[in-house]
Amino acid sequence: MRFADLLQFNGRLLLRQRFRTAMSLLAMAVGVAAVLLLTGLGEGARQFVLNEFSLLGSDVLIMLPGRKETTGGMPPITGEGTRDITLEDVEALGRLNGVRRVAPLIVGNAQTHVGGRSRELLTVGTSEVFFAIRKLKTLQGRPLPVMPLKRAEPVCILGTDARRELFGARPALGEWLRIGDRRFRVIGILDDRGESLGMEMSEAILIPVAAAQQIFDVQGMFRVFLQVRPGSPMEDVRGEILALMQQRHGGERDVTLITQDALLGAFDDILRLLTLGVGAIAAISLLVAGILIMNITLISVSQRTREIGLLKALGASAATVRLLFVCEALQLALLGCLIGIASGYGLLALGHWLWPLLPFVVSLWALGAALLIAIATALLFAWLPASRAARLPPVLALQGMQGGAR
Amino acid sequence: MIRLEAVCRTYRLGDQPVKALDRVDLDIDAGAYVSVMGPSGSGKSTLLNVIGLLDTPDSGRYQLEGREMTCLDEEARAAERNRRIGFVFQAYHLIDRLSARENIELPLVLAGMAPSERRPLVDDIVDRLGLTERAGHLPRQLSGGQRQRVAIARAVIRKPALLLADEPTGNLDSHSGAEVIELLEELNDQGITLLVVTHDPNIGRRAGRRLRMEDGRITADRSGTETGDALR
Ligand SMILES: Nc1ncnc2c1ncn2[C@@H]1O[C@H](COP(=O)(O)OP(=O)(O)O)[C@@H](O)[C@H]1O
Ligand SMILES: [Mg+2]
Repeated sequence: MRFADLLQFNGRLLLRQRFRTAMSLLAMAVGVAAVLLLTGLGEGARQFVLNEFSLLGSDVLIMLPGRKETTGGMPPITGEGTRDITLEDVEALGRLNGVRRVAPLIVGNAQTHVGGRSRELLTVGTSEVFFAIRKLKTLQGRPLPVMPLKRAEPVCILGTDARRELFGARPALGEWLRIGDRRFRVIGILDDRGESLGMEMSEAILIPVAAAQQIFDVQGMFRVFLQVRPGSPMEDVRGEILALMQQRHGGERDVTLITQDALLGAFDDILRLLTLGVGAIAAISLLVAGILIMNITLISVSQRTREIGLLKALGASAATVRLLFVCEALQLALLGCLIGIASGYGLLALGHWLWPLLPFVVSLWALGAALLIAIATALLFAWLPASRAARLPPVLALQGMQGGAR
Repeated sequence: MIRLEAVCRTYRLGDQPVKALDRVDLDIDAGAYVSVMGPSGSGKSTLLNVIGLLDTPDSGRYQLEGREMTCLDEEARAAERNRRIGFVFQAYHLIDRLSARENIELPLVLAGMAPSERRPLVDDIVDRLGLTERAGHLPRQLSGGQRQRVAIARAVIRKPALLLADEPTGNLDSHSGAEVIELLEELNDQGITLLVVTHDPNIGRRAGRRLRMEDGRITADRSGTETGDALR
């Protein structure tokens, strides 16, 4: 039997049983769409996070206080009873051969006042190097000035949201504000670039690191960003840094050094797993669709016993009969897949249009997996009933008897 | 053309074995017109099904056009059925979602023939059997006689050597029945070997060779033009 004839023969059948066909198409389409939608969202979230984090640049190392055997896990949030990373440590690190520049970081929430207004803002104590490493730009004014790390110059730079919260429509540049009991002059407004590294920079206020030490009454750094000198091998510089810190902290290895790759790797793994997880859950609905197709094929076989007998009498071989039924299921599955793909991606595109932050990701592996699962389940579940049809002895089938297939 | 030697076919009804064919010997020449009569349950349909390769004997030998059929597997039997044998059934067995024309075309489709080759063959047979006006109709839009004509067209579209008809007039009134029989005889005149199972003595007696079956055996075998009384 020719392929085109096969398609047409089955097409006739599917058209005739419209309701049955529509139901199985729906089941298949919902399954495929669910897989594509969920994995698409997961992939979107993953790429979103990766994009944000890779702003850092791959030549940047992050040091945190405390020892963690992290080769890929989440970084520790706070140092646990270990020696502080002091400003002297930071200065010493800056003098290392393989290190191009160092940015200290102290982060906390502090009450900020302007006139009658008062807001609790994310307060970031750092240096001008931070602007360079994180590629932060100012919309107005200028970034933190170049000065010794220990100088608590009373200047600050505001994120755009922080500026609006504190000053409303009034101009902010050059104005004075108060953080805790210290006064700062606004010398710059950050260019709004959204959030990264878990910090909403547009809602932050940046001040010199020494000033932050005084406000929060801490000595130790929350993080230290180290940019490796171009041409220096990352691994060597890493060893150099760790050796220096060990020497400065009395032989204790009490800092953790993570590379962006390790950080990204951890996030990547977690998000990938998550995507895979929701994808697998969605795939179960495909399996359900497969079982539905099996039932439909079973019903089709028992309703069409006489037809099978006739086809055999007219010279259809067992293989042809099996092919007919398997193809019927496959046609259903493929058509359902197409509808599912169209609606799944349609919904994703719609989501992207409504919330542009949500990336529109066509993940080929999910598409391939959904198609594969759909076709495999259809084949698998149709095979049994189709083989049953193929084995029916012609005489019995013609008499409309399902009887013991020999 | 057809040679059966000691062919047996036993069905099992519960614990009870039923000998539908009991050591049947039969020789049929090419181009013959044979009728098979007998009480119901005597094995007429079983004989036709064995000859038509729809059923396989438990023992004995069956040769069709000089070739041994008993050793063929199901695939080979299917191919033989498609090429050499046409069936006409009492219940027509048309596929109700296909038009008359598409039903007639089915054996060619199953044989994998290209649409351009199929068209003239179908046109020809539709024309010869006077179905031109009905070709586009679905089976349920046709009368019984027309349906059986469609079934006959389908049976002979592959130009088989052998045409087997199992009570082809069983569901028809005497007028359409007579038309159907005349059509079958016309095909026989053109050279096809024709086997007709029937209950109707008036039809049975028209055949050049008349068999009678009882309890799975052939109990009478007559040739030539004589009155049907002998078959009673
Ligand atoms: N599929 C079957 N299963 C069991 N017994 C059958 C089957 N088909 C036919 N028989 C039995 O075989 C015998 C011959 O049947 P059949 O050839 O159909 O007779 P006829 O066509 O002469 O009426 C009958 O006794 C019938 O009951
Ligand atoms: Mg019968």
